[in-house]
Formats: sequence, C-alpha cells, structure tokens
Amino acid sequence: MEILVCAKRVPDTSENEIQLVATGNDIERDELVYSINEADNYAVEEALQIVARVGGNVTVATVGGEEDEEILRREMAMGANRGALITDDAFNGSDGRGIATILKAFVQQGHYDLILTGVQAEDGGAQIGGMLAALLDYPFASLVNSIEVLDGGKLKVSREIEGGNKEMNEIDLPCVLSIQTGINEPRYVGMRGIRQVASVPIPTFAASDLGIGVNTIGEAAAKVKRLNYFIPASGRGAEILRGTREQNIDQVLQLVAAKGGLR
Amino acid sequence: MPRIFCSIVHNAGVPDDSAFELAAAARKIDPASSPTAILTGWGANLDAACNALGAFYPETWKIANQALAYPNAELVRQALLRVLPGNSIVLVAHEHFGIDLAPGLSIKLNSAFVSDVLDVVGVEGASLNLVRQEFGGQVSAHVLCDITAGAVVTIRPGAFKAGQPAQADRLVVDKSNETGTLTARRRYLETVAPEAGDVDITKHNILVSIGRGIQEKDNVVIAQELADALGAAVSCSRPVVDAKWMEKSRQVGSSGKTVKPKVYLACGISGAFQHLAGIKGSPFLIAINKNPKAPIFQVADVGIVDDILEFLPALTEKVRELQHVA
Repeated sequence: MEILVCAKRVPDTSENEIQLVATGNDIERDELVYSINEADNYAVEEALQIVARVGGNVTVATVGGEEDEEILRREMAMGANRGALITDDAFNGSDGRGIATILKAFVQQGHYDLILTGVQAEDGGAQIGGMLAALLDYPFASLVNSIEVLDGGKLKVSREIEGGNKEMNEIDLPCVLSIQTGINEPRYVGMRGIRQVASVPIPTFAASDLGIGVNTIGEAAAKVKRLNYFIPASGRGAEILRGTREQNIDQVLQLVAAKGGLR
Repeated sequence: MPRIFCSIVHNAGVPDDSAFELAAAARKIDPASSPTAILTGWGANLDAACNALGAFYPETWKIANQALAYPNAELVRQALLRVLPGNSIVLVAHEHFGIDLAPGLSIKLNSAFVSDVLDVVGVEGASLNLVRQEFGGQVSAHVLCDITAGAVVTIRPGAFKAGQPAQADRLVVDKSNETGTLTARRRYLETVAPEAGDVDITKHNILVSIGRGIQEKDNVVIAQELADALGAAVSCSRPVVDAKWMEKSRQVGSSGKTVKPKVYLACGISGAFQHLAGIKGSPFLIAINKNPKAPIFQVADVGIVDDILEFLPALTEKVRELQHVA
C-alpha cells in the first residue's frame, strides 16, 4: 500500500509558555521548541505499521519552509521511505483551503492508496484532512483510532466518538483519514537514527512543479485570515496560593476537607 | 445578510444541547436573523427531534431518509448540498460529527471555513469576525472570514449560552423529496462500547487527576499514593491515556468519562476544553501546574504554581501525618 502522511511542524505547547509579540500579530517564536505535530507523528507510526503488515511505502510531506525539513528527517529516521518538502513563497498566507489545494496537487503527482493526517494541529482547526478528501473526491473519516486492512480495496476503521465509544466503519480506498492521538505507541527516534538520514536528499516541490495556479493559493485566495492574537480574558480565574509549599499544602488540605470531606 | 442554517445533531428523538447553543451563536452573528434548523434522520425519532426544536427555531428543515438513520457524514453532506441555498452560513457543533462533516462541506459549497469558534465579534462588511483559540488554549485569535460565498463555521460546545425560547409559531418544512438517492463509500457498521475499567472514577467524591505533567508511567504511583491517603481515585487527561500510562476508563473528558466529584485536583493538567467538558457538577477545582499560563488556572477555584512531582509526595506525607495523629 502506498501511503502519504501530511505533517506539520508546530511549537510544542506542552514545552512552551506562549507569549505574544508587542503588536499582537504573532506569537513570540524565537525561544520556542518546535516539533512534529503530535497527532501527525501518530499518523506516521500508523502508516509504518500498516506497511509492515501488508507491504508498500510511506511518504511524509509537509507544506512549509526550509526549517520544516527537520520533521521530515525525523519521520524518515522512524522509517518513512521518502520525505517531500512542498515550498514556495506563493504559498504564504494560505488558509486551510489553500493548504489543502497545495496538497491535492501533490497527491495527484503520485499514486497513493491511503492519505493520513493528524486529527488536528496545535495551531490548526481539524480541517485539512476533510478538505483534501473533498477536493480529491475521496471518502474521509476523522478521529480514527484503529485501522484494519480488508481484502477488496477497503479498510475497517474505528472513530473515537463521545464517552469512549468507537464507531466502526468500512471505507473504500483510496481515502483520507485523520488520525487521533493514542492510536498506537510511536517508536522512539534517537540521535543515531537522525544522523543516518542526515544526508539523504529531500526533494522540494514548488507551485510550478505541481501545476498550482497562483490565484488558488496564498494570501490573495484566502477567505480566512487571522487578524491578531490576544490573551484570553481570564474568566473568573483561580485564586493563586502564593505561600511556601508547606503553607500551600496546609491550605489545600483544609479546602479538600471542607469541600469533599476526608476520611 | 446571508441566511443562517444550523445543522442539528440529535439522538433518540432528543436534540443535542449544542442545538440551542448554535441558535445563540446565529443570533450573535446577526441579531435580526431567524436561524433555520436543518435535521437529517429517519422515522419517529427525527420527527420528535424536529418538534423539540420549535421554541428556538422559527423554521426547521427536515430531511427524512432511511439511509440517514445513522448520521454518516458523507451521506449527510450529500443531502445538505442538495437543499442548501447558495452563499448560506452553516453552523455545526465542533464535535465528532461536525469534525467529520464540516471541512468537506465547505469545499463542496465553495465557501469559507472556520472551526472551533468560541465567540462572535460580528459582521464587518463582507466578513465575519470570529474568535478561536490556538496553542492549547494559551492564546486566542481574531479571525476574519469572507462570507461573500457563504461560510461553514463549527462552534465549540459550551461556548455559547442557550438563549430563552422565544418563538411561539414554528414551521417544519419537509425537504425529504429534494435529496434524491444517497450513496456512500464509507459505511457505518456498529458502535462499540468501551470496556469497563478496574476503578469507576464516576463514583468518587475526590479525584486526583493527572495530566502530561506526570511525565512518565513510573510517576503515576505518586498520584495513586495521594489518592489512597485521601480515599480518592486517580483519573487522568488524554495525554496520559495516549501514552498508555493509564487505562482509557480513567480518562475524564468528552471522549472519556463524565465525572461529578466534589473536589477535583487537576495535577499537571493544562486544561484543554475537551478535558473540562468531562467535569460536571461544578466541583471545587484545585489546579497544580508548573506553567503559570496553563489555561486550567482560568477555570480553577484555587491554583498552585508548583511541580507536581515534588508537591504531590509532600501533600501525601502531610495527609498520612495527620491521619497518624488522629
């Protein structure tokens, strides 16, 4: 099975306190730790496991700039056969539809049976997979948390729905699936693995390579634009205990006893 | 102003709570609007759901089709595409069905798409100014969405308060004949319930709930020791289950369990809305997190900025000490 995984490099919010630049039109990016979007990493692992069972190849593609190459190398160190960096200044300012349009053009250059994305990016909206499927006119399933390859060009997939229930579906190939975190246990990637792929060339693709009309992508085509960032009003907000650790512990115990009752 | 449609999720004849929140969102987009509800389904359940909406929606469009008895997003999309007027604004709840339906619907309608919206600033010229969150809820963003060709917008559950039912007259319009034959390349098979876990976290008054801040599986015992000392249970947020440090049955959230404890100790939990959606009954919420910017501090009653790997063992020690004295 030929599998394409669409991935994105994002600031790791579990490792970062996000601050805004003074003008509010971006976040402070200088000190941020970036990594592959968590759900995308699960998608790559899932692709590798499928290929291990039924054969085939895994390609990982990202739309971005030179700095995004590092996530492609990381996923190649995990075992992906090929990376693809889709990059062009004309792509800047694209909205979700624009990114999906770029990916559609890339998909049509190859022959993929299955296309995976992460369910959602840290700075995104759970949108690219569903849009890409609609542009390609492929079937789509979101929030996928298990995949079984069936005979006859079909998959059996489960979707994570409310309350821990799983919605089981059969879906025809080719299709697009958005992968939920927790579907598998992504393998560890060590420095040694990354060094081994450090010199493997990663092909780049520009708008002209993919035959993308510049009026369909980029800022000019975007129907959705971010105006600014702001720090949300903190609602009611917690009363922050500012004592020593011992004082805080005493206070927490009093509160727990008063509100919940201790044994 | 374009016409606003709200795509309604319903189950066993009862509209989801989001149905009323979508009506509130529609009125915030256009206070003069009378949003139209649009429901797909089959049989008596569909009719019951349509009738239950009346007070909030002056007009409800009903699409009855046996193929829509289960809400398969691919089939629902086909049905909606055949009845929706051009340039409509379509509101959908941002949950598992909306995530399945909405992005592709926007492509097929050739309209703009904005997901997981928390608030509406208003209409500005040909655009809609909307508020959403990024980076795990640490920052919000204003987003301008060009509605010249309509828009599909998904609305975060719980973000809009359902208004008062106002409409006395109501109209259910049957659109079933306009959809034609529906065919899908994805077929619903069955729904599988989760396995019961060893501990029922929904039955405890005090929950010691851990998140990514617990850092590794071997540290879960720190929370368990505190829970044992307090007579509590250990629950967790999604990253802990994703990492296989705890069973799915311990997860609090929209894709896990809904809990109603008296006290909820959120330990190293950032406070994603999907997690908060599983905490009901307004428990006393104490948050302990290293990151002073963690969104959990916005909703907690009391917050402590500290490292749970040091704070929790010290807390356990103190509880044991007091019990020993008693």
